[in-house]
Formats: sequence, C-alpha cells, structure tokens
Amino acid sequence: MKYRVGVDVGGTFTDILLMNEETGETFRAKTASTPEDQSIGMLRGIERACQQAGISLSDVGDVLHGTTVATNAILEGKGARVGLVTTKGFRQVLQIARSFVPGGLAGWIIWPKPEPLASLENTVEVRERIGADGSIVEELDEADVRAQLTKLKAQNVEALSISLINSYTNGAHEKRIAQIAAEIFPGMAISISSEVLPELREYERAITTVANAYVQPQARLYVDNLQSQLDNADMKGKLFLLRSDGGLVSSGYASANPVSLLMSGPAGGVTGAAWVAEQTGYRDFLTLDMGGTSTDVALVQNLAPRIGRETMVGDLKVRATSVDVRTVGAGGGSIAHVPQLTQALRVGPQSAGAVPGPAAYGKGGELPTVTDANVVLGYLPTVLAGGEITLDRDASVKAVEAIVEASSLGSVESAAEGIIQIVNENMLGALRLVSVQQGFDPRDFALVAFGGAGPLHANAIGKLTGAWPVIIPPSPGVLCAYGDATTNLRNESVRTLIRKFSDLSDEGLKTMLEELGASARSLLDDEGVAKKDQSVTYSADLRYHGQGFEIPVTIDIDAFDGKGGGITALKKAFDAEHEHLFSFLLNNEHELVTVRATAHGPRPAISASQLPAGTADASGAYDRDTEIYVDGKKAVAKIYDRTKLKAGNIVAGPAIVTEMDSTTLILPDHEATVHPSGSLLIQPSSAR
Amino acid sequence: MAQIIETATKPLQAVDVDVVTIDLVENGLRNARYEMDEVLFRTALSPGIREQHDEFPLIANRDGKMVVGQFGLSVPDFLENFAGMIEEGDVLLTSDPYACGAAISHANDWLIVMPIFHEGHLIGWASQFGHMSDIGGKTPASMPTDARTIYEEGVVIPPFKLFKKGVLDEDALNIILNQVRKPDWNRADLNGIVAACRTASRRVQEMCARFGIDTYNSALEALLERNYRAMKILLAMVFEEGKTLSFEDYIDDDGRGHGPYLLKLSLTRQGDKVTLDFSGSAPQAEGPINYFINENLVRMFFGIYMITVADPQILWNDGFYPLVDVVIPEDSFWKPKFPAALNARNHGIGRIFDLFGGLLGQTNPNLLNAAGFSSSPHFMYSGNYSDGKRKGEWFQLYSIGFGGIPGRPLGDGPDGHSLWPSFVNIPSEYLESYYPLRVEMMETIADSGGAGLHRGGNGVDVAYRFLEPGTIAIHDDRWLTYPWGVNGGEPGARGTKWIERKDGTREVLQSKLHDYPVERGDVLHFVTWGGGGWGDALLRDPELVALEVRRGLISTEGAARYGVVLTGDHQVDVKGTEELRSKLAANRPSPLPTFNMGGSMESILANALEETGLPAPERPVAL
Repeated sequence: MKYRVGVDVGGTFTDILLMNEETGETFRAKTASTPEDQSIGMLRGIERACQQAGISLSDVGDVLHGTTVATNAILEGKGARVGLVTTKGFRQVLQIARSFVPGGLAGWIIWPKPEPLASLENTVEVRERIGADGSIVEELDEADVRAQLTKLKAQNVEALSISLINSYTNGAHEKRIAQIAAEIFPGMAISISSEVLPELREYERAITTVANAYVQPQARLYVDNLQSQLDNADMKGKLFLLRSDGGLVSSGYASANPVSLLMSGPAGGVTGAAWVAEQTGYRDFLTLDMGGTSTDVALVQNLAPRIGRETMVGDLKVRATSVDVRTVGAGGGSIAHVPQLTQALRVGPQSAGAVPGPAAYGKGGELPTVTDANVVLGYLPTVLAGGEITLDRDASVKAVEAIVEASSLGSVESAAEGIIQIVNENMLGALRLVSVQQGFDPRDFALVAFGGAGPLHANAIGKLTGAWPVIIPPSPGVLCAYGDATTNLRNESVRTLIRKFSDLSDEGLKTMLEELGASARSLLDDEGVAKKDQSVTYSADLRYHGQGFEIPVTIDIDAFDGKGGGITALKKAFDAEHEHLFSFLLNNEHELVTVRATAHGPRPAISASQLPAGTADASGAYDRDTEIYVDGKKAVAKIYDRTKLKAGNIVAGPAIVTEMDSTTLILPDHEATVHPSGSLLIQPSSAR
Repeated sequence: MAQIIETATKPLQAVDVDVVTIDLVENGLRNARYEMDEVLFRTALSPGIREQHDEFPLIANRDGKMVVGQFGLSVPDFLENFAGMIEEGDVLLTSDPYACGAAISHANDWLIVMPIFHEGHLIGWASQFGHMSDIGGKTPASMPTDARTIYEEGVVIPPFKLFKKGVLDEDALNIILNQVRKPDWNRADLNGIVAACRTASRRVQEMCARFGIDTYNSALEALLERNYRAMKILLAMVFEEGKTLSFEDYIDDDGRGHGPYLLKLSLTRQGDKVTLDFSGSAPQAEGPINYFINENLVRMFFGIYMITVADPQILWNDGFYPLVDVVIPEDSFWKPKFPAALNARNHGIGRIFDLFGGLLGQTNPNLLNAAGFSSSPHFMYSGNYSDGKRKGEWFQLYSIGFGGIPGRPLGDGPDGHSLWPSFVNIPSEYLESYYPLRVEMMETIADSGGAGLHRGGNGVDVAYRFLEPGTIAIHDDRWLTYPWGVNGGEPGARGTKWIERKDGTREVLQSKLHDYPVERGDVLHFVTWGGGGWGDALLRDPELVALEVRRGLISTEGAARYGVVLTGDHQVDVKGTEELRSKLAANRPSPLPTFNMGGSMESILANALEETGLPAPERPVAL
C-alpha cells in the first residue's frame, strides 16, 4: 500500500496527515473534533485529505492514531466506576497514598486532597497472602473472594482491578480472582496488577492498575467504534495506536492496556519532532510543545527520546513507560497576576483555557494572558494568515494594564515583556529538568518547537538555553500526526527481580533476556511483522544495593559471553550513568531491579518532501511590515507568508512568519534559514 | 568567627534590578533547591533519607541569609562558632548542635555547609542536613530514650573541613564512620549531601554568569527585601498592637517517666516588630526530649505559617528576620544546658507547629487548624538473622510513621498523611523484601480523626509481624494529651503502641522505648494519632457522614458524634438525625469553645492508666 494516514485528535481540532510512502508527499487536513464520536471528525478529515491526494478511502493503508481518550477520562474525572480488590489489611492503600502531601512546610494547610481513583466503598479485601519471596503464606480463600466480589457487584462497578500484596513476585492469586470475577462480572474489563505492572511498591502498582481499569471501558469503546467505522468506510488497513513511549501498538493491545496510552498525545509530538529533526540532520535536541494551558518538554538523544518510568496526568502519577515528557503549567492562556502582598509578577498556573480565553479572542476573557502579552508586543499580528481569525488588540492592552497598575512596571509594553520573560523562564525550568538535571548541557542540543504557541517563544528559549538551531517544523500545529505516521510498532516485556549482582550469572541473565525478548516479539509476530524485520533492545533498571531509585541502563546483549562479560558491561554502564548524573560512585554492590525487552518493528520507509530551491533572498514571501516592541524598544518587523518560502531563503529578524496554524517570531540579531525539508532553522546571525 | 578568604579584590556593587529579573532569579533558586532534594533522594542508601526524605536543603546569600529553603539551618550561627579560614573548595561538616548555635538540633543530623565562589568572590552558601539512621552509641539508630547526656547518643562531630580546597579528609571520615553501625549508609548519604550542595553551587554560579555577579547579589537583596515588606504588612494586619497572645501545649513525657512538659509561646506586636517569647515553658528535661532551638529557626517557622496562605508561590527567605525578636529562656526545654541529651527532639519540632497554629489562628482564621499530626513517630527494628542463608547478618530499620492531618479551614484533614513536606511512607513490599518482617495491616482507624464540620484525618494502625528475634525502639508522643479540636471541633484520638505476643498475651508499650526485645511471631501494632476536628460536627453534611461510614472511615457509632442516625444499610435516617442533632445541640455549651483539649490536665492524668493502659508520668524533676 502506498498511503498511510496519521491522525491526531485534539480538544478542538483533528489533524490528518496523509502520506504517500514512496514520494513522501503529504496532504494535510484539519477538521473540528467531534467529541460525541471522534470517528466522525476523523473520517471527515481523512476523506478531505484523500480528495486532495486524488485517491479514494479504500486506497488508504494503515491508520496510525495518537489519542487522548485515556488522558481525558482522567483529567475530566469521567472514567469508569472501578472496583478494587486488595489483600486483607491493605484496603486503604489508595486512601493513604504513601502519606505524601505536596508543597513545602505548611503546604498541608492549603492542599486539597484528590479523591482516590477507586473509591473506598468500592474497594474490598480478600483473605490471602503471598510473601516477599513469592511463597504462599496464606492460601486464597475463594469463598471470601466470591463474597467480596458479590459486594462489589451490588455497588454497580463498571470495571475491576486486582492488586494484591507481593503479587509482583507471584501472580497466581490475582489470576484466580480474575477467573472468579469473570464468572461474576461477565464481559467486564479486568485489570490485574501482576500483568499491568509487575513491580515492587504496592501503592504505585495499585494506582497504575486502577488507572488502567478506570480508562479501560472508554478506551475499548473508542477503539472498537473507530475500527468498525473504518471497516464500514471500506478502509482495508489496520488501526494502530500510539503508546506513551512513542511506539505503535495494535488496537487490541491498546484497549487491554490503556494506561500505556496516557501520554499518547505528547509522545506523538516528540516522535514527530524526531522525524522532522532527522530531515534537518540534527539528531540531539530538546522539544518544546507549547499549547494553550501547558507546555510539554522532552530530551531526544540520537533521535531516541529519553524514556521515563512514570507518567503524570493532572494530579495522578502512575508507573508506565513513557517518553520522559515534563509538563509545566505555562501556555498561551496562562494568566498573569500580581499578588498584593509581595508585588511579584506571577504567570500561571491558572489558565484562561479556551473559554473565556485570552482577552484578545473577544470571547469574554478579561484577565491578561500570555497571548495578550504577545498581541500587545506585536508578536502575534492581529490579522492572521488567511484573515480567518482576528485578534482584539485593544482588549489585550486593557487586560495588561491591570498588571501595570498592580506592579512597578511602567508601561503596558514593559508589563507584557515581563509576562513573556516570566513564562519563558517557567518553560526554561521544565527544560532544565530534562537537560541539566539529567547531566546534559542544552548547548549540545538543538531545540524543536511546536504546538500553537511554541514557535512564538522558541527563539527566546533558544537564547535562554543556548540550544541552537531552533527548529520550527513545517506545520507545527500538526506535528503529532507526523509522529503518528512515521513511527514503528513496538512491544515491551518486563520482569522485576531485585537481585544483587553476586546472585546473578551471565548465562542465567541472558536466558531470561531471551525469554523476555521472545515474549516481546510475539505481538509483532501476531501483526505479521517478519522476524527479519524485528529488532529487540534490552534495558535494565539498576542501583547500588540499598538505594531507593533505579537508573535505567541499556543492556548490550552481545557482551554476554558466558564468562561474566555481560554483567561487567552492565556494571560499567551503570557506573558511567551514576557518575554522569551525580558525579560520584559508591563501593556498594550493584543490584538489578527490573529487566526489560523491547521489540521494534521496522520504521516505515518514507521519504521527505522537498521545497523548491530558492536563494537567500526571502522577499518572495514578504507580506508587510509591522511594529513590534522588543528589548525595551520599538522595532519594525517584516511579516512573511510561510507557504511562499523557498529552500535556502534566509529570514532576518526582527521578523514574523505566519502560517495556517502557527506564528513564528524571529528576534533581532537572529535569522531563520529555510531548510529544504520545510523546517525553519533559527540561529543567532553571528553564527553564520 | 570564621574568616573567609576571597581572592577577588574589587567589592561587589549594589545595582538596581528590575522586578522581572528578581522573579527570574527567584525561579532559578527554587529550581536549584528542588534539584538538591532530587540528587540526595536518588543516591542515598538509608531508608530514612532515601524512602522518607528526612533531609533539608538551603541556599544562602554571601552573608549566610537563607534565600531559598524551608528549614533554615542558620549558616550565620554556624560561621559564628567556627574558628578558622574558609576558602574555595572547602566543605564543612558538623553534627554537634552545641557547636553551631543549634543550626541542627540533634547529633543524628549531619550538616554540610559549603561556600559558593564565583570569580574569586564569595557569593553564597549551599547547605543541607540529613538524618543519619545510625551514629553509633548504645542503641541501634542512636536514639536512646533514657539518655541524659549527648555522650550517650553516639558520635558527635565538631565543625571541621571534610574537604580542604576540594580534597577529602579521608582519615577523619574513616574515624567517624568507624563509630557507626551502618557506615555504608552514612557514607552514601553524606556523598549525596555533598553532591547536592555542589549542584546548588553550580546553579548559583550559572546564574552569576547569566545575570552578572552584581545583579545576582542585588537580586537576592531584593528578594530578602520583598519578604521583609510583605511580612511587615502582614504583621500589622494580623496582630493588634500591644496585645499579647499566648498558647500552651505539652510534650507528654521525657522517656524517663517524667511529664508532662508545658510548652508555652507568646506573641506581642509593638510597632513593626513582634516578639516571640517561650518564657513559661518547662525547664529542661532529664530525658532526651529537649529541643535546642535556634532563634532563626523560630523566625522561619513563624514566617512560613504567616505567608503560606498569602502568596503560596513566594520563595521563602530570611528577609523579614529583623521584624521578629525571639526570647528563649536559658536552661529550658528549648535551650538546655550542655551536655543535655537531645536525640528525641522530634516531638518538640512537631509540637511547635501546633503551638504556632494555636497562637496565630487566634487572630487569623485562615490559619486556625486543629492540632495535627505534630510529630514524626519513629519505629526501629534490628538484630541478626538467626538462620537461613543470611544467618548472622545484621539488619537495622529506621522508619517514620504518619497519622491524621487536622481539620482545616479548607476542609477535612487527609487520613494517614504527613505534615512534613515531601515525606512518604516506606512501601510494605519494600520492608518485606529487605527486612525479616511482614506488614499484616496498614489501615487508618475509623473515628480516630476528631469530629467536626471538617473532620480530622484518621490515625494509622500498622501491624508488623516480626520474622526474626531482635529489638525494637519507638519514639512517639500524644499518648496522653489529645490532638485538640478547634472552633467547636472535637479532639482526635491519641496514639498507642501494643504488642501481641506469639502466645496471645497483649502488652501496651511506652510511647518512648528502646532495646525492647521481640520474638519471631510477635505482632507490633504501631497506632498513630488522629487530627483534631474543625468546626461544629453537627453541621457536617449527614450524607457525607453516611458515605464515610460506608467507606469505613467512620463507624456507625462514630456517626452519632455527628448527630447522624443511619438505617440498616447505612443510609441517612433523616428524621432520626434531626432529632438526635437537636437533642445534642440542646445539651452542650454555647458558644462552643475555640479550643477543645479533651478535658483538664488533672482529669487526663487521673484517667491515664484506665484509658491508655499506661500509668501517668511522674512530675518532671528539677535538674
């Protein structure tokens, strides 16, 4: 098949990217999302893209989809009523939630505690006990199980989760309870912790399992519906979903493991950025995805995003492999305010959201937002490309005036510049978490900026981090769909061991890795991926014996020579990483906590499309002049139409590049070079 | 007084800094401080720091004034007490509260102080302390509940240079680590603390490079000034001129059978300044509960309580200190005479939050919380494996328990949570895989939270079954006095510790004990206390009470404390509830008391044995 289609469903728009796999030619469509049934908007968009390409729906191959269905269920509190089965004595595992209270000293005074994802009245405990070594301390009392499950039935739970103490070492009791539950709750989705997350730490395992159950009915419904709508439309390709770690999985796997989809949206952005960056020749980069309410950042090394073991959605933290994306409450809609007492200038985390939105949108918003500051400074032209949207500059000025009055900032322009600097600083804080705090110098990386607001702030963030060039992808608003369309199939198998190195042997570990590898490959086999096209990577979470945190390390399977070479290599890799992160080593014994095999399908062979060649002269895309305010003074910036830019054009700052879904600001003393792949590469002028 | 060697000769200039740059520096400091935590959590070995986060970082300006942190360890007091030169590359260590003006308050806390230099200028200090699980001495975990002097509490390190110009003094470190039971833990934790301070140092240097050293330094002044101004306004707003407020609470006993110890705190504002006065508090205790408190620490606790509600995003600092005078009587519970024992001062640290809550809440309703889980009760278990493949191997556990957060103006207090920032419990599965014990239960106790419009959080019952013979130690309080309720709310339930022997006999344990032998198969119930209630319990939504009965957080009988009557299937009996509520309302004082301490001290002492299973303590002895 020649065509594949990437689909990213956002809160407002559904982005479609249809790709000709042979030529790399792309066709984009943007339609309003249809939350009542997202398949409607999706099909509408796919049809539109097909029209552009001059093909019919039945010519489309695989559909690759990043979804926020699971994320939204959690953010909006609209998941299933979940029943939870625990070991006797641990019914309140989610109520106690590790006793953690966020904030500083006295933070408890102002912390509203969220309700557990599975209510206590829907949590039962059963008589059974497994020891830390996996031995059965107390047999499962099946009569008790039936009695407790019957109680849950009376509570009308809509999904069931099972998380017993020490089940990560022995899942037999959980499996048996699931069998009994299948009799009592026919057809109900059941999540068991020894399968969802076979790892030590009962709270983290339970909350992850419950989160899986919580989103499962919706995710399943969503995926099934999508599949049948695609079938009805006579589309013959398969439906794949993008997992939090940036890999694709079959729709069947996704509906059974929806907790692995929680970061599907951001992962799409990061994988899309990887594809774009690869075209420009930059393999190490930071990503900055700035939207209306928040900004996601990540670090990508040699085109591989750093993978983390935790996923954070709103207040909820679960253990699930995902692209290590950090989120900060800083977006175009973030509200600026000045607390009376301290007279500091604060931006966010409160956001004006889509409604009432920034004052400039004229939808009733009156509070000053980051977008308003951009309008006041002239960075965001009041008439955007195509003239479809106009912004109300007077309303923005009026909103920002409130900041002038409350602070010592003398004018709306300096207040607006202050707002931009503060919000940029907040984003810098997030970027530092993924770079300097992990031992990476941002100056060794490029910066790929996307999302609706990313390209407006990207040049400034480049100045703060020293990450050059700043890369603005073509159509930065639909980058997720690029990611969906250009990544590969992936599956992971995990086992928790907790063994000191002295208790491990090279052969034993190698055998286990091969078993995990085979198990990870099996899903790819099921999808018809030929063995020769599969590759498997291995990693382990290691620590010094006695430490509480593990460091993920890549395993070199070829180093396992049966003479201890594998384990020696692991030790070396861990020490290097520990030294890199913390600048010291200990003499304590090493300990292996978790091993993981990830099977990868082949990356689709897609060639990138090329812009027609031009010269350094960008005047062909010049539209008009506009006045902006930058570095404390007025300046004249040229506005360019991005669709008219040619490869090799150089846009000198101060300049603004507009396109359908985004606006790029190029600051004075900086310039953007148009790359043949369509990306803008912003650098200090002095760098050329 | 320490002498600082700076190679730069040109003095720093005060420059104007715009408000945005000030906020940028504030943000950078905040990030650096959290990074310090992160570095230490991830590298520490002792469960106390690694799993529970018993450590506190700070960054100070060149004068040693804290510009970010939360548990001011008072660099100025440290420097005041250090005789010698300090230069770039030096890293100082101490664990002696008596040699650093109580910058730390017991010898388990190892304090690192590191100067930060940039281009030859001293531009600040990074400092952090962490609780070492063991520092030697006569009992595992080094917190003997019967100690009378600090000499019984293990190794006490005088201030010295752990690193001289970047070079580690290995001999000194080896001598110190030779005193302790788990030297690998201490070594790793200490490494982590030094690494964290170095990280902070790097971040500060980066800011100096980015903004310029004069701008950075001046921005810190502005941040200090911002706190000063904010606090000045707050003080005038909240406290009436010349009027003295007082509040009293207790520590139940001193570990040697004496108690209770009266703790008193008074506040008076005169002009711009307030005076915090601890006069009227008990003289120093014979046992180890004395809390040797630093004046600046008092200022900081006070300030945090005042401002958390006003601007939660503020970066807390020392700037307002000149507005607060602190009076601490000599030879008292708060300033004991050397060499008084100090190890069990965690109860005093906790209680100071109840004291401030009760004191400040009298004039600031937003701060009037009930009495909370004002301690960090410790549980220790150690011994040698008696058989199996680990036979003879030493095991040692130090852990902190949690209880009920009090009812608050905002709402209910969470059940079984921590009042301490970033503290978390140790996962049961972790304990079971590293120690010979099984956690048979970890549940909050229905009705242990004080009744109120906003309910106090429930305490926790953790049942540990021991799988090897060994000894245990316990450090807790509030077994005698109640976590009080406010604004008509009732007190929470007190804590208790009891052991069920293999043979079925049951024994109530002292709230402070050590070297207490346990056998394989014994079960310890470590029961913490609940938070006090906030507001009138009869005004709580009956449907919420019924729901919490169905959740097992309140018992059916407990619902009666809210005047709620339930049907057989735990639904609200509307009529029965109305009747019970009007009956209860008719038979109680009006208005309800602001503070409900659970009865007079006389009656609490008289009923001690019957209600708690433990005899009332004897009166404190004069020393």
